Amino acid sequence: MASPSETAKPSPHVALFVTCLVDLMRPSVGFAAIKLLEQAGCRVSVPEAQTCCGQPAYNSGAKADAQAIAKAVMKTFAGFDYIVAPSGSCAGMLRLHYPEMFAGDAAMEAEARAFAPRVYELTSFLVDVLGWKDVGTTHAGSATYHDSCSSLRELGVKAQPRRLLAEVAGLDLRESKEAETCCGFGGLFCVKYPEISERIVDKKVDDALATGAGTLLAGDLGCLLNIAGRLKRRGSPMKVRHVAEVLAGSEGAPIGEDSSVR
Amino acid sequence: MESTARSFKENAHHALGDARLTEALARLAHGFPARRRDAAARLPEFDQLRDAARDIKDHVLDNLDVYLDRFEKQVIASGGRVHWCRDAVEARDAILKICQAADARTVTKSKSMIGEEIAINDHLEAHAIVPVETDLGEYIIQLRHEPPSHLIAPAIHLSMDQVADAFRAHHTDLDPARPLVEPRALLDEARTRLRERFLKADVGLTGANMLIAETGSIVIVTNEGNADLTCSLPRVHIALASIEKIVPTLEDAATILRVLARSATGQEISVYTTFVTGPRRADDADGPEEFHVVLLDNGRSALLGSEFHEMLRCIRCGACLNHCPVYGAVGGHAYGWVYSGPMGAVLVPGLIGLPEAQHLPNASTLCGRCESVCPMRIPLPKMLRHWRERQHATHESPAIARAALKVWSFLARHPALYRAVFGLGVSFLASLGRRKGRFRWLPFAGGWTSVRDLPAPEARSFLLQWRQRNPGTRT
Amino acid sequence: MSSRTDILANIRRSLARKPRVTSQSPADRLAALRPGVQPSRGRLPADRRLALFMAEAVRADATAEAVASFADVPGRVAAYLARHNLGAALRVAPLTRRDNIPWSKQPLLTPDFGPPRPEDSVGVGAAFAGVAETGTLVIQSGPESPTRLNVLPPTHIVVLRASAIVGTYEDVWARLRTERASKDGPTMPRTVNWITGPSRTADIEQTLLLGAHGPQRLHILIVNDLKDTVADGGFERG
Ligand code: SF4
Repeated sequence: MASPSETAKPSPHVALFVTCLVDLMRPSVGFAAIKLLEQAGCRVSVPEAQTCCGQPAYNSGAKADAQAIAKAVMKTFAGFDYIVAPSGSCAGMLRLHYPEMFAGDAAMEAEARAFAPRVYELTSFLVDVLGWKDVGTTHAGSATYHDSCSSLRELGVKAQPRRLLAEVAGLDLRESKEAETCCGFGGLFCVKYPEISERIVDKKVDDALATGAGTLLAGDLGCLLNIAGRLKRRGSPMKVRHVAEVLAGSEGAPIGEDSSVR
Repeated sequence: MESTARSFKENAHHALGDARLTEALARLAHGFPARRRDAAARLPEFDQLRDAARDIKDHVLDNLDVYLDRFEKQVIASGGRVHWCRDAVEARDAILKICQAADARTVTKSKSMIGEEIAINDHLEAHAIVPVETDLGEYIIQLRHEPPSHLIAPAIHLSMDQVADAFRAHHTDLDPARPLVEPRALLDEARTRLRERFLKADVGLTGANMLIAETGSIVIVTNEGNADLTCSLPRVHIALASIEKIVPTLEDAATILRVLARSATGQEISVYTTFVTGPRRADDADGPEEFHVVLLDNGRSALLGSEFHEMLRCIRCGACLNHCPVYGAVGGHAYGWVYSGPMGAVLVPGLIGLPEAQHLPNASTLCGRCESVCPMRIPLPKMLRHWRERQHATHESPAIARAALKVWSFLARHPALYRAVFGLGVSFLASLGRRKGRFRWLPFAGGWTSVRDLPAPEARSFLLQWRQRNPGTRT
Repeated sequence: MSSRTDILANIRRSLARKPRVTSQSPADRLAALRPGVQPSRGRLPADRRLALFMAEAVRADATAEAVASFADVPGRVAAYLARHNLGAALRVAPLTRRDNIPWSKQPLLTPDFGPPRPEDSVGVGAAFAGVAETGTLVIQSGPESPTRLNVLPPTHIVVLRASAIVGTYEDVWARLRTERASKDGPTMPRTVNWITGPSRTADIEQTLLLGAHGPQRLHILIVNDLKDTVADGGFERG
């Protein structure tokens, strides 16, 4: 229950940066994010001109392309109180790499620096900015949480998703030994160096399976697609979901599994 | 050494199939990172020290010419000599000349990555001088004619039986009946052999972890004590160091030493930290008569002031290797030259050229764990990206990839078109994949599906669904 | 152009491409000899420095015992050698003579003050200082202190005065500068050896083994010349 002084404050106007992977591969994560943001008292908009944050270009060395995309993103997302993404990787891109990639261009750098502090990863926004934890959903079963590299090391997101998951009734959250180790996705890395990526994701999968948890959760769809893809290739029954799905209680078929059984 | 960096993919393939290497790397992953974490946790000032260490090197690099000059003056004042070398050829010659002037037949060596960089062993051998590596790991790989696979654990890739085999092959008088199945037995064997060599050596060649401008001292850090034998027994001591190893004062050296071992092995400090200043004094009880510093540039002065400037802060602790998922999968040799792991992937293109080292900056997930543990706070992922930018700018990246990127980035800036193209594709894939929820194979997705299934898209894209659910709202 | 000139010119040219990130001048910095971040655990009164030094040295696999005076040293050395079946021959750094260690009190010991030889099995040296923060011994080379003694014999015994135990590395440099300031010539002796525990390697399958090239055993005898502080006694790990 919100206190009177809080209700007096106008609810923050949040733009959802749905991210290209969620948009194309896992729309339900986008809807889960909206549900959570609204539950937490936000007014949510989805700017329709959004596409991608430009990270594939940036990490491929195509800086000019990345800059052009960044400019478009900043324009599309101007005028909101906050920009929230269900991904540490994309939020990190907007928050940290936009200012960095315009170094040397004073005007654009200033714009990116002004833009950056309004950008948040979903769970960190809910916890750090809104102080929200009235999750109120149920998930019977055990899960382990994989920290995506960008969330963890670029944005310092570690406690936030765990704090929220602790509020999910019936959920038995089990820590794995190597939760902070990369899953081997790395954007284009995983298709450029598939064998190396395979070894890395195998270690990740082994580590997750060692917890005995039934489900693996994470906050970044890149990691999730990679880990789910490898689990399925290995014939493992471990389920894979985005953390927002569990928090919002909007659970369709797990990632990479038959969606006709709903 | 000869580079095989160009064959990184093949090297990696080979490495991934090597079961003993995989085992060795698993041991490494369980050892070093946990020990580093514990050491850092024991020292509340650890992160503050990292900042201080970074600031020291930033200051040195800003004034490198001044400090090198001061260092040289102090070496001369304490009776030593400095040999400036632009590249590997000059450094090899300088060392050879000193050895020849000393009529050297045996040169004992303590571990030096710069020695690897200039391939000094081959050069000495070609001139009938026998170089003997004395660090146990280096000795083992010298017998096997291999380069080191790790900055501080050069034989990390080998198993005990491989070491035993190397000893049996080279120590020809070794009793075949003598068991070599315990690490201690192997160490005893090596220690005995190397004692003989130490006592016979004419020249001792060491690396240097730091050069101190204030005093003209060099700092050598080891756990075995081999560097102390190397620089106190022979008549001549040569220290081989690259120009960025300078620190201003003894106090600065202390600051950096506090982060070095903790980051490297998780020790509070290595067993032997030796500050050497000049040759033996007139009344000294022992020590070499000559002291030489061979100071190597080899591409470093060109990295100064570039986007790779900060790489020159590196103190070669190996923490970035120990925490790197790619290094942990393929080991050091796959990188194909002297340096490996994240620091190698940044440094090597600068030293042997980007075309030869083209894979190294790309073979990284940019997970950032290296930067998070680097005692010198070197932004390694950022610099890997800088190399990719150079490749892109000079069209060294594959043409197909560049073209695809161009098309994609055009679409990303044209939302309506983007949605038409990808939205359609996704709806199609979603309908194809609905039954199983994933694909085992898809055309043009071989890089993905060769090792993992591709989860099918759920349904139509989020934005198409959103628009349908919220007709009329446009933001 | 000489390589020296060329390298320095390249450095200057490269540095001109980029703004400086630091402001202090090298001359100022060298004059200031600014101490860095010193761990608080090293900043202790003398008696507690002794305890920390011993604890840290033991952590690094050395052994350490405190004795009341130099007169006790021969007896403790004899007992140590007997415990480890090490015979009675000692190679002793002449520097220890300043301490008037009464070796003749242990007639079975055969101390020899000549230069160390490869076959020596036990070396006895004198430390310039001990550093509490990491249990590190500091030994200077000199006419009476051969550096080989630190690494050649498989057992190394070091005599250290408790009053010479300082808190941090910076304290060592400060003391060294003060003590050598009077002398002509360089601040530094040919070598300053920091030694923390016995020699080791983990190069074979990451198995930790003591005694790689240097000594397998490092025993520190701390002569407690501090008044009314730590009682005479051994130090157990833990
Ligand atoms: S880059 Fe950093 S972590 Fe890697 S070796 Fe150098 S100093 Fe150590």
